Amino acid sequence: MENTGLGILSLLLAVPVLGAIFLMFIPETFERAIKGASMVFSLVALGVAATVLSQFDGRSFHFQMMEAVPFLPSIGVQWKVGVDGISIWLVVLTTFLTVVANWFSYYIKTRVKTYFVLLQFLQMAMLGVFVSLDLILFYAFFEASLVPMALLVYIWGGSDRAYAARKFFIYTFGASIFMLIGMIALAMQMQKVTGAMTFDLVAIQAQVANGALWANAMQMQTVVFWTFAVAMMVKCPMFPFHTWLPDAHTEAPTAGSVILAGVLLKMGTFGFLRFCLPLFPEAMQNAVPILMTLCVIGIVYGAIVATMQDDVKKLVAYSSVAHMGFVMLGIVSLSSNGLLGGAYQQLNHGISTGALFLLIGLLYERIHTRKFADMGGLKAQMPIFAALFLIVMFSSVGLPGTNGFIGEFLAMMGAFQAGMAGAFGLNIWLPVIAGTGVVFAAVYLLKMFMQVFYGPITNPDLLRLKDIKTHEIVLVGMFIVLIFWVGFIPTPL
Amino acid sequence: MNNYVIPTIDWTAAMPVIVVFLTGIAALLVEMFRPRQNNNVIVGISLTGLAVAAYLLASQVGMPAIDTFAGMIRRDHLGLMLQLLMVVACGLTFLFGENYLRERRMAYGEFYPLAIWSTAGGMIMVGTDHLLMIFIGLEVLSISLYCMAGLAREEQRSAESALKYFLLGSLASAFLLYGIAFFYGATGTLSLTQIGMNGAQMNMQILATAFVLIGLGFKASLFPFHMWTPDVYQGAPTNVSAFLATVSKIAALGLMARMLPVLGQTQDFWFPVLFWLSMLTMTVGNVSAIGQTDLKRMLGFSSIAHAGYVMVALLAHLKNPKVVSLDAMVFYLAVYSVATIGAFAVLTLAVRNAQEDARASALHGLWKRNRFAAGAFIVFLISLIGIPFTGGFLGKLLIFQGALQADLLPLAIVLGVNSAISVAYYLFMAKAVFVDDEELTGARVGQTSGGLKLTCVVCAAAVFGSWFFGSTLQSLLGAPNEAAVKVERPVVAQTQR
Repeated sequence: MENTGLGILSLLLAVPVLGAIFLMFIPETFERAIKGASMVFSLVALGVAATVLSQFDGRSFHFQMMEAVPFLPSIGVQWKVGVDGISIWLVVLTTFLTVVANWFSYYIKTRVKTYFVLLQFLQMAMLGVFVSLDLILFYAFFEASLVPMALLVYIWGGSDRAYAARKFFIYTFGASIFMLIGMIALAMQMQKVTGAMTFDLVAIQAQVANGALWANAMQMQTVVFWTFAVAMMVKCPMFPFHTWLPDAHTEAPTAGSVILAGVLLKMGTFGFLRFCLPLFPEAMQNAVPILMTLCVIGIVYGAIVATMQDDVKKLVAYSSVAHMGFVMLGIVSLSSNGLLGGAYQQLNHGISTGALFLLIGLLYERIHTRKFADMGGLKAQMPIFAALFLIVMFSSVGLPGTNGFIGEFLAMMGAFQAGMAGAFGLNIWLPVIAGTGVVFAAVYLLKMFMQVFYGPITNPDLLRLKDIKTHEIVLVGMFIVLIFWVGFIPTPL
Repeated sequence: MNNYVIPTIDWTAAMPVIVVFLTGIAALLVEMFRPRQNNNVIVGISLTGLAVAAYLLASQVGMPAIDTFAGMIRRDHLGLMLQLLMVVACGLTFLFGENYLRERRMAYGEFYPLAIWSTAGGMIMVGTDHLLMIFIGLEVLSISLYCMAGLAREEQRSAESALKYFLLGSLASAFLLYGIAFFYGATGTLSLTQIGMNGAQMNMQILATAFVLIGLGFKASLFPFHMWTPDVYQGAPTNVSAFLATVSKIAALGLMARMLPVLGQTQDFWFPVLFWLSMLTMTVGNVSAIGQTDLKRMLGFSSIAHAGYVMVALLAHLKNPKVVSLDAMVFYLAVYSVATIGAFAVLTLAVRNAQEDARASALHGLWKRNRFAAGAFIVFLISLIGIPFTGGFLGKLLIFQGALQADLLPLAIVLGVNSAISVAYYLFMAKAVFVDDEELTGARVGQTSGGLKLTCVVCAAAVFGSWFFGSTLQSLLGAPNEAAVKVERPVVAQTQR
């Protein structure tokens, strides 16, 4: 185990922790100071993330800026962090969405300090998930992200928040504890092969790549693979483990929803890319038919359920299930286009769905309802808002020219290629069925837009509404810029 | 009969226990001469004595393992660590105890000497190789505890708790004694090590082991000997519950860890039994905890579940002692103890007007009233669940690892399932203090004392510290695994029969 000391990635993780500690010492009554300080620390984190990005060599496929410090040498756990082409963008997305969440949290009036401290801890945990290169370290951050998120839902959530938070916590924790057992089994397999117990991802990958690790251990590979896969499937979430998501999304405060959709779900897909694919190649190939079927069910089922919703947030939550199905579809097609599409689409989903939740939150703060029945005719009252909403919605549908198109297209193409080639026992029909999900997406999102913005105003409360404020336009505008930027200039990962 | 060997006496090995006993006596003398005064002097004396004992124990770490006082006292690494844990746990319960007792208007000074003697009993239990010493230790531990459980003399629940504990506890002691008698009958010796090497009368030895395990299983509240736990924890004063959940449990489980490895000859018999018992203990503890409304009861069930987790660590060691060391078990006992003491300490806030009501609703609004205690409570719960960045997670990780290394996958899986189940009621507790507002119930929560704050700070620091310095701590706890094997035994001749 080499010891390289700490570097910029550790600094990136330290910023939110320092922020949280700093916030704890500000008296509760200074709300503005708390909000301001939290914002400053988030911006610093974004700055550090940008620095990491600028130092990142996009031409290399290897992990970069690696740092390793032994932590528990007796069982081979170390503090090992690094970034590669997939995680670097998720790091940037995380810091960006945290800034947005901070910005949008101005409306928080109760328990202000706790809220922002939790937000900082949440950011630390999310960043840690994406940069850690040690299995136990990954697990640690993966689990640690649960606590602040569950508390955010628990305290600042909607009416049924206790149920939602508990469900979210138990689902994720219950699945990932078995991943922990799988990790230990993996480390012991390493011990059998190399003689030293280690959770070091890079070392394990090397042993997998030269075929030593899983030689004559196919059954074990399959079992360990599924412990990882189920944990990630719950987090994504994939059908049939998705039921926590609509509850959590609906009850979460807006900033929580943005982060939940934008980052937390990505931990699942990221986990697939980081662990399931490289560490268990054969088991992954065997699992492709099952996983892809579940993806397709998730896409279609999520989309159909979304069309039936009478609650804006629930609709977007189910659309998340469908969209994450596309991400996973690309990934499990195991073709280069599909993988690229999946990796790309997970970022785009973070941007567009994050923006959707933000817009819904803006609306909710004004009318305090999420039911379609209480809306309608808003376009006359809030034209700018309607325009912004439309753009974000197109991005979510995947209209060409927006960010949503490229990822979805690549993911579908990958799935079709795999299906056409008949790889892994797939056939063409699964991607074809998945394709109908795109149509459904247009159906439910347009239906939502119609019900919110057109028609007569039935709710008299809406008549006194004014359009959104300038700083809110700027906030949403950042997303819009990203949507078009990525849509027109898709930088290769 | 001329092969009698004059026993070697090593006072340093016995000193910590002696110091603890003397501390108890000194505390009692103060109580005798200054009746009906405040207990500050007693607390001061007690804590000083415990600190001296802890220092003496710590200074012996790394010394060679010995048997002394004719095999009555053994000093080895495992014993030292367990004794140190008990002393620290006892001290922690004193830190917050005084204020709680005053709030409940039952600040009787005898709590302190009793608790100290109880600790001394536990220390004797894990610091010997001799079955009679084990029994004496257990009785000293238990009898003090019976009194402590009934400390709230005027309350029916406390009396019920004491009586229940006494009746069932004495039955368990009787079982233990019976088992010891069988051991003696079978092998003619009371030294555990020699019993382990004696192959005579195996059937009787099996019976003896079963009786001893019943006695210890009661103390450690393993299924199916756990029924008393929730009732006693609920009825006893909260600081006594904290003491019960930690010191007495460390003693019982620690004694198992000392006893079972030497009884290797009958392992085929008791291993499967304990295997199933640990599974059932975890599951029954966790499942029964769900749906409780009284938080003290809930923590009681939680302590049953944790005893099951510790048993997994122990079984892993027993199955494969060469690969899996006992440090996972000791580590888990340590992190469990600090988190549990901390949680009970926060529950002391549920007292008002000398009446205690530890139902979840009584702690509603704690967050508003007492941010510090509520925050600390969350930290302890997180550690008990086993969320990373706390010692609880590291402890579970080590247990999982040991279980897999010992090829005990079923136990690891059941432990995983149970961890997930436990989330449900820990979150319920978290919700009670953190989310629900007192406006809903009109409940009111007491004020924090300095002692409670100190307890919370120390426990929370230990919870996080055991994660961040886990490596150091683990190597400290488990350093000389072979030391237990290399004990220099005094040459005691086989008694002629």
